[in-house]
Amino acid sequence: MSQTQTKTSRSSGSDRQKTSKAQAWKNFIQVAGILPILVAICVIFSLVTPNFLSVGNFINVIRQASINIVLATGMTFVILTGGIDLSVGSILGVTAVVGVLVSLVPGLGWFAVPAALIAGVFLGLLNGSLVAYLGLPPFIVTLGSYTALRGVAYLVANGTTVINRNLNFAWVGNNYVGPIPWLVIIAFLAVLASWFVLRRTVLGRHIYAVGGNIRAARLTGIKVSRVLLFVYGVSGLLSGLGGIMSASRLYSATGMLGQGYELDAIAAVILGGTSFTGGIGTIWGTLLGALIIALLNNGLTLMNVSFFWQLVVKGLVIIIAVTIDKVRTGSSAA
Amino acid sequence: MVNSTQDSIKTKPVLEMQGIKKTFNGFVALHDVNITVYPGEVHALMGENGAGKSTLMKILAGAYIADAGEIRIDGKAVKMTDPGQARDLGIAIIYQELNLAPNLTVAENIFMGSELKKGGTFLDQDEMRRRAAEVLQNLDANFEAGDLVSTLSIAEQQQVEIARALKDNSRILVMDEPTAALSDRETDKLFEVVRRLRNEGIAIIYISHRMAEIYALADRVSVIRDGGYIGSLEKHEISADRLVEMMVGRSLQDLYENKHQITPGEVVLEVINLSDGHKVKPASFQLYAGEILGLAGLVGAGRTELARLIFGADRKVSGEIKLEGRDLNVSTPNEAMAAGIAYVPEDRKALGLFLEASSGENITMNVLDREAKAGIINSNFLLRIVNDAINNLQIRLASPSIRAMDLSGGNQQKLLLARWLAINPKVLLLDEPTRGVDIGAKSEIYRIISDLAGKGVAILMISSELPEIVGMSDRVLVMRSGSLVGEVGGSTGEKITQENIMAYATGAKEVVKS
Repeated sequence: MSQTQTKTSRSSGSDRQKTSKAQAWKNFIQVAGILPILVAICVIFSLVTPNFLSVGNFINVIRQASINIVLATGMTFVILTGGIDLSVGSILGVTAVVGVLVSLVPGLGWFAVPAALIAGVFLGLLNGSLVAYLGLPPFIVTLGSYTALRGVAYLVANGTTVINRNLNFAWVGNNYVGPIPWLVIIAFLAVLASWFVLRRTVLGRHIYAVGGNIRAARLTGIKVSRVLLFVYGVSGLLSGLGGIMSASRLYSATGMLGQGYELDAIAAVILGGTSFTGGIGTIWGTLLGALIIALLNNGLTLMNVSFFWQLVVKGLVIIIAVTIDKVRTGSSAA
Repeated sequence: MVNSTQDSIKTKPVLEMQGIKKTFNGFVALHDVNITVYPGEVHALMGENGAGKSTLMKILAGAYIADAGEIRIDGKAVKMTDPGQARDLGIAIIYQELNLAPNLTVAENIFMGSELKKGGTFLDQDEMRRRAAEVLQNLDANFEAGDLVSTLSIAEQQQVEIARALKDNSRILVMDEPTAALSDRETDKLFEVVRRLRNEGIAIIYISHRMAEIYALADRVSVIRDGGYIGSLEKHEISADRLVEMMVGRSLQDLYENKHQITPGEVVLEVINLSDGHKVKPASFQLYAGEILGLAGLVGAGRTELARLIFGADRKVSGEIKLEGRDLNVSTPNEAMAAGIAYVPEDRKALGLFLEASSGENITMNVLDREAKAGIINSNFLLRIVNDAINNLQIRLASPSIRAMDLSGGNQQKLLLARWLAINPKVLLLDEPTRGVDIGAKSEIYRIISDLAGKGVAILMISSELPEIVGMSDRVLVMRSGSLVGEVGGSTGEKITQENIMAYATGAKEVVKS
């Protein structure tokens, strides 16, 4: 009811503090969101599998999650504008192959990582320009590039596996800083940088604005097309980074690398509480979402659950988690 | 109030709502509201926005459950717990936003949710079409049961909703501001339908703000204010003065507050033969510093389109705009904003606000890059902007982190104003600046507008509320069918009155421009 607001506003100073405290709590809940579910999953696995609860295993989980974290981070940008990027797995495939191939060229090895990242940005911007300037629906555009780029990945790899046993960027996937793998560090850097862009920059506010109300954004003088171009570019860039991470782990790449990754990335974003229609969501939520997916993979494997059942459980947990979240925040969403 | 000598059908109410109370989170939305409705009457329900009309009707529809009070249908107490039950009891509500599926036919819409079936499985299309046609004929509709709803006008779609209600044998029909989107002719047609339904013994609860409609239709009027029942008037007791007093609780004299000193300043904005080749025919006018220029006209006359052209939101095909004497070539809102032109759109939820974002974020959206270094927001600066806006515009917020969607209409409107005032505009284009806000916020918005004019801002104010135009404007332009057809006030010698404005708006009078 509209007058509720007028009513609260007349409250005294101490009330006001209380309200803003309540608001802070609400914000925390919104950010924490899925955290209780993550904790619950940890507790359950700790109880049923003795090997689960160890520092070593946790680092292992995060390392396994790292590529999905990076892809889901890019996906968060896109979904915040109300879009979707189905092509991240395919871009990962293309860029991984490109990275390994360039590393094999004598004298050009240093260019492998930049080449993969540039290819990622380029493909992302391609998606972005179709969405931003031709006004095509993101689902259709990226469904097209999802298919076409998968083909490109096979073509560039010439249908085989490209291998480089002396991969110059192998440290990305295999080296550690102290006990922490580079993969994990890179994933967290991506999350941190994204948090900074989304929360601290003008562009970040514009991303939320475009996703919240695109017509109002236009009438407010926001250059909507540029914002859209940017988010798909970021998604492409981070897919390229994902390509580097995958290839470095394997010392090789094939056209089929990254198949199905887009769905895990989308699942992480949605688990993290980002609204599918845009405008609402945080990068921390996405991080938690990606960790939940990785914990499930890890815990179920430790429990010797068959791969088929793992899929069933993963799917159900996604639906249940989002349902719980919806019920929990139901009052504020209504 | 009902004469006991009247015939027995008339004296037996079809609906009584007594002592209705409803609170939301401790806020009292309705307290002790009583309404009695008889078969075969048009019962107007009036009150300012936020008075509680919609809440009351939602309780009647079973969408909300009252905390206290009783609802009686035909004298029998009923517990209304869900919308389906209300329908079974013969209650139908036609909301302002029509609930139709445009991609389906009229008949399919009429029978949506209660489809007729053959042998319990297959849709009985023929029977549905036949029955729908019957109802439509009864309404004297000009379209067929097989037509797609998307091909119908708003007025015709409304008839589809009415047909749906009649198909359910509804005896109580609630219409929520049904003429808001209708032309005059469509309104007349709707009135015919309403009168016909009344004569068939259906009770109609008619919500409207328009005095003329109340005179034309209502057999009785009930007024609620601030969630409380104020009283009812019989047909012969209805007068505008009494109704306004009942609705507002005070006289309207002091509402308009255009007290700024009129010092005809320099020409700030000059528009020369501006046209979009479609809805705006070549328009020329000048806007002075410190002036409130009203832009009046009927809905659809092209006023919003003209403002959007000036703001660069739509593409012009011809004409020029000069700002402070210099040619201004804007093709996007971004450029207009940079030049110092602000546009506050008419539909604040659809076109203005970021509803899920915080109030503070809404206010600062236009000045994010000011004082920003390398694209990084300066939070202290933004906080200052927010605090200034809250103080200057008296925006009532528990905290700037409250989402825009949780604010009242008046506060939402102030958020939008604050966003645009933050850029210190030279020209402020206001499109229906007080639509859907309560009377208190209205008077505050008038004060803000007046203050701005006093500070030299050139203001163009579009409004469909004539009292607002008359009360606030220093000069008024009138549009009709895409053309600027007249001017009153200022140097024209014609006084700013509702009659003079309407004469131009309706085409009764026209100035031939040399």
